[in-house]
Amino acid sequence: MSGIQLGVFSVGDITPDPTTGRSPTQHERIKALMQIGLKAEEVGFDVFALGEHHDHPFVPSALTTTGAFLAARTERLIFSTSIAHITTNDPVLMAEQYAMLQHLSDGRVDLMLGRGNTGPVYPWFGKDIRDGLKLAIENYDLLHQLWRTDVLDWQGQFRTPLQGFTSTPRPLDGVPPFVWHGSIRSPEIAEQAAYYGNGYFHNNIFWPKQHVERMVSFYRQRFEHYGHGPADQAYVGLGGQVYVRPNSQDAVREFRPFFDVAPVYGHGPTLEEYMDQTPLTVGSPQQVIERTLAYREVVGDYQRQMFLLDHAGLPLKTVLEQMDYLGEHVLPVLREEFAQNRPAHVPDAPTHATLLASQQQTQTQEVSS
Amino acid sequence: MTRRIVVISGGLSETSATRRLADRLAAATSEALQTRGVKAEVTVIDLRERAHDITNATLTGFASPDLQTDLDAVLAADGVIAATPIYSGSYTGLFKSFVDLLGQAAFDGTPVLLAATAGTARHSLALDHALRPLFSYLRALTVPTGVFAASEDWGGDGDAAGALAGRVTRAAGELAGLVAAREPKQVVDEFDAAPSFTDLLGGLRG
Repeated sequence: MSGIQLGVFSVGDITPDPTTGRSPTQHERIKALMQIGLKAEEVGFDVFALGEHHDHPFVPSALTTTGAFLAARTERLIFSTSIAHITTNDPVLMAEQYAMLQHLSDGRVDLMLGRGNTGPVYPWFGKDIRDGLKLAIENYDLLHQLWRTDVLDWQGQFRTPLQGFTSTPRPLDGVPPFVWHGSIRSPEIAEQAAYYGNGYFHNNIFWPKQHVERMVSFYRQRFEHYGHGPADQAYVGLGGQVYVRPNSQDAVREFRPFFDVAPVYGHGPTLEEYMDQTPLTVGSPQQVIERTLAYREVVGDYQRQMFLLDHAGLPLKTVLEQMDYLGEHVLPVLREEFAQNRPAHVPDAPTHATLLASQQQTQTQEVSS
Repeated sequence: MTRRIVVISGGLSETSATRRLADRLAAATSEALQTRGVKAEVTVIDLRERAHDITNATLTGFASPDLQTDLDAVLAADGVIAATPIYSGSYTGLFKSFVDLLGQAAFDGTPVLLAATAGTARHSLALDHALRPLFSYLRALTVPTGVFAASEDWGGDGDAAGALAGRVTRAAGELAGLVAAREPKQVVDEFDAAPSFTDLLGGLRG
């Protein structure tokens, strides 16, 4: 264990393969996502995460169902969300569904929370997008309490009040799933993560590193400000996006047709400009390793590194080959290098085991004092 | 005393008339500021050089380092000279795309001089029908005189050219007057301005 979790995350988009024009059916894509999840464990990733969506062209909506499927078929893999909507979901249902998944998976679940990125999702679920930030704050605060207070009285702006409510099941071993707050550009969400001493996941894959540095350092300072420990003990996660071949020219040649028309950046900057300005790395294993490790210089020693591997219409076969190759040539080196000179006081990536240990330690201290 | 003047020149051809007009306005503004004891620090942004970057930023959501430098310059400007060619009765698409990237608060209360060029004087009201409403929406403090230059204003027997020089001087004087009378702009960093979480949470629990 090098203290950092390496994972795969997907938004579950259905995008035509630009080299053949063919789109997978929803069923094919859903099954493909599960194969990617299983492959993640097989080749040595620690985490697989899916993003919640309720609109075309994305398929993952019921995240705890997919999490349960993967938990039943894996031994080590942690299922996470990239991201789950804290704005439009009922926090009571979230508390119960993710606690249930936590039991079924023996603690192999955590959450990365976000506000969602498509405007109509809010009205579809009876909410107003202008309340996005307030919803994120109130809903998470309720979720946080539900997992920590056995019998809760609660009243807020956005949901019917609760009197004497106990969310069921209670978290496994009394330890709630770890929560990462995800935000690309809102300091308020980094502030929220810092306030609770939770993790901050900055999905930087579409952003230049100056911005990444700024957001993460803000979160770290605020984590310290709220008394959870020194800034370098805050929990930081980053995104990444790679396409790898033994020879970098092959990687560029194969990936370019997907890049050129991809959602998000297609028809915009060239592949070379985009690689220069964002974490996207299309090249040899050595290039992927060097560029990924360079983020340690930008944000300090961190706890979670996720990779986007399956978007822009890349066929499943290619994605699985990429994962095999990464597992063999990249992950072992990354683990070793990330562990080099990592200070002992920098926390490992939080898991159920580490959270349980720290809870027991706190209880022992309370008993002995 | 120093004030930052930023010139946005939306001309699309090299050695464009728009750039020529913008340069004259910048020079006249510097001069008018100098008579008020203010030194002008002028930055010129030629949108043509950023055409690809502007389109890319529209698609990707972030600016290239060069474009970010330009955007930051506008955000920190004490006064702006906004000049565009008139295409189909309005500012160019590129000019509008650049303005869109600046966000809604970029011109809040900032003195702005509006200028435009076109082949004939028939387009001159585009200044007041197209540019002025855009900058009113952005809550800019537009100076009363807009400067329009048609091709004929650059030559001829001196009548038209003389009139252009007069308009340049008057508009520059108006801009300089507003800029000199105001405190230098303070750029608020979004991280410093972020409310503390206890306030965010407290606001809800009200």
